[in-house]
Amino acid sequence: MSALEHLPGIDNGLLRFLTCGSVDDGKSTLIGRLLFDSKTILADTLNAMEKTSAKRGMTAVDLSLLTDGLQAEREQGITIDVAYRYFSTGTRKYIIADAPGHEQYTRNMVTAASTANLAIILIDARKGMLNQTRRHSTIAHLLGIPHLLVAINKMDLVDYDQATFEHIKAEYTKFAHKIGLKDVRFIPLSALAGDMVVERGERMPWYEGPTLLQILEAAPAAHTERPESFRFPVQFVCRPQDSANPELHDYRGFMGRVESGEIAVGDAVTVLPSGLTSRVKAIEIGGQKIERAIHEQSVTLLLEDEIDTSRGDMIVKSAEAPEAVKQIDANVCWLSETPMSPARTYLVRHTSREVKAKIAKIDYRLDINTMEHEPVSTLAMNDIARLSLKLAQPIFADAYRSNRATGAFIVIDESTNNTVGAGMIV
Amino acid sequence: MTTLTQQTLTHLDWLEAEAIHIMREVAGQCSSPVLLFSGGKDSVCMLRIAEKAFRPGRFPFPLMHIDTGHNYPEVIAFRDKRAAELGERLIVRSLEDSMARGSIVLKHPLESRNKHQSVTLLEAIEEFGFDACIGGARRDEEKARAKERIMSFRDEFGQWDPKNQRPELWNLYNARSHKGENIRAFPISNWTELDVWQYIQREQLELPSIYFAHTRPVVRKGELLMPVTDLTPAKPGDTIEEVMVRFRTVGDVSCTAPVESDADTVDKILAETATTTITERGATRMDDQTSEASMEQRKKEGYF
Ligand SMILES: Nc1nc2c(ncn2[C@@H]2O[C@H](COP(=O)(O)OP(=O)(O)O)[C@@H](O)[C@H]2O)c(=O)[nH]1
Ligand SMILES: [Mg+2]
Repeated sequence: MSALEHLPGIDNGLLRFLTCGSVDDGKSTLIGRLLFDSKTILADTLNAMEKTSAKRGMTAVDLSLLTDGLQAEREQGITIDVAYRYFSTGTRKYIIADAPGHEQYTRNMVTAASTANLAIILIDARKGMLNQTRRHSTIAHLLGIPHLLVAINKMDLVDYDQATFEHIKAEYTKFAHKIGLKDVRFIPLSALAGDMVVERGERMPWYEGPTLLQILEAAPAAHTERPESFRFPVQFVCRPQDSANPELHDYRGFMGRVESGEIAVGDAVTVLPSGLTSRVKAIEIGGQKIERAIHEQSVTLLLEDEIDTSRGDMIVKSAEAPEAVKQIDANVCWLSETPMSPARTYLVRHTSREVKAKIAKIDYRLDINTMEHEPVSTLAMNDIARLSLKLAQPIFADAYRSNRATGAFIVIDESTNNTVGAGMIV
Repeated sequence: MTTLTQQTLTHLDWLEAEAIHIMREVAGQCSSPVLLFSGGKDSVCMLRIAEKAFRPGRFPFPLMHIDTGHNYPEVIAFRDKRAAELGERLIVRSLEDSMARGSIVLKHPLESRNKHQSVTLLEAIEEFGFDACIGGARRDEEKARAKERIMSFRDEFGQWDPKNQRPELWNLYNARSHKGENIRAFPISNWTELDVWQYIQREQLELPSIYFAHTRPVVRKGELLMPVTDLTPAKPGDTIEEVMVRFRTVGDVSCTAPVESDADTVDKILAETATTTITERGATRMDDQTSEASMEQRKKEGYF
């Protein structure tokens, strides 16, 4: 389990996951256990934590000290901001986002969920499903996290009772069905004692599924296993024009990240918005040629024909071009303390493209506790609503459900340059 | 046509691809960025990432080092050599100039110059009109850093306000700023010390010699080894020992301690890093130990 035993070992990629639950459900304890059992917590950190815990009159080490990094958080003993933590099993690297549970921090959970491929939703076995559980699950669903793991924690406090586990599982399954959640798994845990986290323990022989770590190790690292269309937003254009090197005279490299799908030398492509077509002449990383590039790789594309292309354009495969749209319907989470002002013009950043936008219509606000739709005329911080936006220029969009990268956008307030909203195209 | 199975990147390839994407976003969104290059291992990785991001073109930004005047000579020599090999422009701005101008006043001549780097950095930002500084800080280094954004906004005084950070979602970075304000961009935020060493090994990156085990006179101060140098001479009563050591970070001479080690190759350092029991900053940085929140404090004041 330690990094050493597996070095250099096989590389099973990187998994980003999110932990969520109500206050005191055991998030910090669970993260602490994972870091501790993977030997990521080092002696001096543990020392500092012991000292601080003792100063506060606690007898055991408070594992939440690991994630609560800001002065204000330590003073108030709560998690305010998203904290990122890292551990490696030697076969896989993990990035954990720890997001606070309170309703007033919905925006932080949305932020943490936007990059996660798996969410662990903690439930206290004594309390069962709470409003928070429903809210977190709804957000995870809305943000398109492909794998949900419901961890029923504190099993030690209910005598490791199978009936309690099954009861919560049945209740959650009903709810999951109602909101359309698909890939949901359940696991009984004691984060404190360690049962079913890394070790199985001996107290839940009735549970025959994998441990939490086994689930993490086996979860697909890609955010989708469905085939996706090739999407390549151009970030930067490389024109070296190096007079000392005539070979580079006509070099025109389109730099970006393969946001989805894959591309190979020879493929027929279309550049948007011009709609001009060509073929891929070469694919490079740092000037070195490769034959094909896959999802999430940052590369440079060279085309056979000279096509005027700049940042904000998108290269796609000719056979699967997305639609150019000037009006979008989206679920938007408002992130700013300043409420949305529907009369204003905002900036929308979608892939590497920035366009001006106006609110055409607010359809409704979603009550994430009850899932009811409410009519509203503006949005306040943490609100999630269905909107229609009118754009000054077209964007090349897919529905968020089918493509996370080309279905997402952020809203920027030009007067402050703050990021004030997060949107998912429907 | 679409593919049938999704192939995924190895963890190092993924981290590299993310870092390249971030650097290109800075280059695409900002009009006058600069890459902070100290000669240390993190910034050596950053240079390789910049090569992968922008070659065969030139970097769309110069390199800059804020020199405390208290650096190990091996590191300075390495810094100059690396910049020359790459053929990129290197700007050096030094604390001593700020001291001569009177903008830095030391409490006493031997006070650590580390935290004063912010002043010289802000002066250089103003001098050149930089709107973004690309740095090699990692979130695993320190608790305050764990919560800093990849594109971190600083006001006209270079201050970081941890409670008023821009939300950062998906890989949609917002590097916008008004004149006089500044973005600090951290492309290797998601890397750990182990990732850095694995990348150095894979890419066969050259490092300053003091990263590898060598014999050096030191004085033991509790659990720390204090190097004996012209700047940090032994005090009366100190016992000087010759010890096999290496540095895990290279900062200001007065505040960077080496660790006992006989790892003289990257492979051996990797093996040690995988089994180490002390964090990088805990082992080596005296400046972070003064208070639990001292990094947060320095960042609020404009530090990297
Ligand atoms: N008995 C028991 N206590 C637990 C378990 N997990 C967490 N706790 C305790 O529950 C309290 C809250 O845990 P914490 O990890 O801070 O919850 P968070 O607010 O979700 O981060 C602490 O006192 C933990 O020791 C568990 O599995 N069993
Ligand atoms: Mg917590």
